[in-house]
Amino acid sequence: MKDIDETFRKIDATVPLREELRPRTVTTPDGQEITIEPLKDYFCEAAPKVHPKAYFQIVENFYNWARSNSLWILGFGTGCGAIEMRPLMTPRFDAYRYGVQWRPTPRQANLLIISGYLSVKTLKRAIRAYEQMQGPKYVIGLGSCTINGGMYWDSYNTIKRLDDYLPVDLYIAGCMPRPEALLHGFIELKKLIRAGKAEGTNRYAENFASYKAAQKSVIKDWDMPDYNW
Amino acid sequence: MMRDLHALLTPRHALGPLEIRRENLAFVTLPASNLRGFLTELRDTQGFSHLVLLTAVDWLEEGQFQLTYMMNNRARDLTLGVRVMLDRTTAQMDSIHDLWPTAATYQRELKEMFGITFPGSPRLDEEFILEGWTDLPPYRRDFDSLAYSQQTYAERPGRVTHDPREYMKSKLYPGG
Repeated sequence: MKDIDETFRKIDATVPLREELRPRTVTTPDGQEITIEPLKDYFCEAAPKVHPKAYFQIVENFYNWARSNSLWILGFGTGCGAIEMRPLMTPRFDAYRYGVQWRPTPRQANLLIISGYLSVKTLKRAIRAYEQMQGPKYVIGLGSCTINGGMYWDSYNTIKRLDDYLPVDLYIAGCMPRPEALLHGFIELKKLIRAGKAEGTNRYAENFASYKAAQKSVIKDWDMPDYNW
Repeated sequence: MMRDLHALLTPRHALGPLEIRRENLAFVTLPASNLRGFLTELRDTQGFSHLVLLTAVDWLEEGQFQLTYMMNNRARDLTLGVRVMLDRTTAQMDSIHDLWPTAATYQRELKEMFGITFPGSPRLDEEFILEGWTDLPPYRRDFDSLAYSQQTYAERPGRVTHDPREYMKSKLYPGG
């Protein structure tokens, strides 16, 4: 960039961990003193592992059929597209008849819908949410913002292609797509899962280092564990 | 009403000319050192008890920041925009968080987005909207948003931009 003003540039490379992640000593109700190291005690230190396929293809196909019929969506609205998900839960569109439903926490969900633009700040939360979900898990990018930046193509704070940061299984184009397009997306995702092509979880585990490098290149204040499981 | 108020307060606070936009909306400019006294008088004696917003404009060519304090008199339905011009290089202004606590939030935002400092304002240096921002404050006009986004965020190749007029012309009248 041509006009970088050094007076505003903050170049301290190390960002301190968030306060609740730092080691601390607490006194338990019965008077015992214990030290808590949140990074070790609350988070998995190992990187994610690739989940091997079943030995027999027919078993794997059965697994995939079962997976395709259990899509539990994380109700995490990241952009304007979250508005398009609301009508799906109403009788007019009734997405539940397709066997998908919304859950309030990442631990109970296996489908993350990035419903619009992601600012750097939201990307951080989306990564945390994604890593806390149970595998096998799927990501749908909704709207043109997740594909190539959409109308935020020159914004100083939104990412432009989602698949650099999270393993996207399916994109739904549009600005914004109608709820019908989302329903079609669910059907297409089910086809992908049944065909064994929705391997985002394994892709994330295989390329964990490169995904982390891409994430950290835009999130300048990385103050959480590398893997949030 | 606004004219009466302006005539009354001009001698004491060295107000600039009144710019009337609507019957109940006007703007006035005054020196930065007089702002605090003027706002206090507006609030305590003239009934402008509500700070609607505090925002800034970057006049890059003039080398100035303009701060606008929108003051509202609810009882008489009057809104007065109080403008203050600041030097762009120092970019510093007195905090008014003790007059209106909400001003502290606006001042945090201005610190982050424009780099205007308000010494003494609570939690001024904490991050407000941006997290981990390491560059020029993004609302300054010399910040090149497009160049920054091209350098920072990876792009997907194949994005095409059409001039809407030419594009529709070629679609509707292919022969020319």
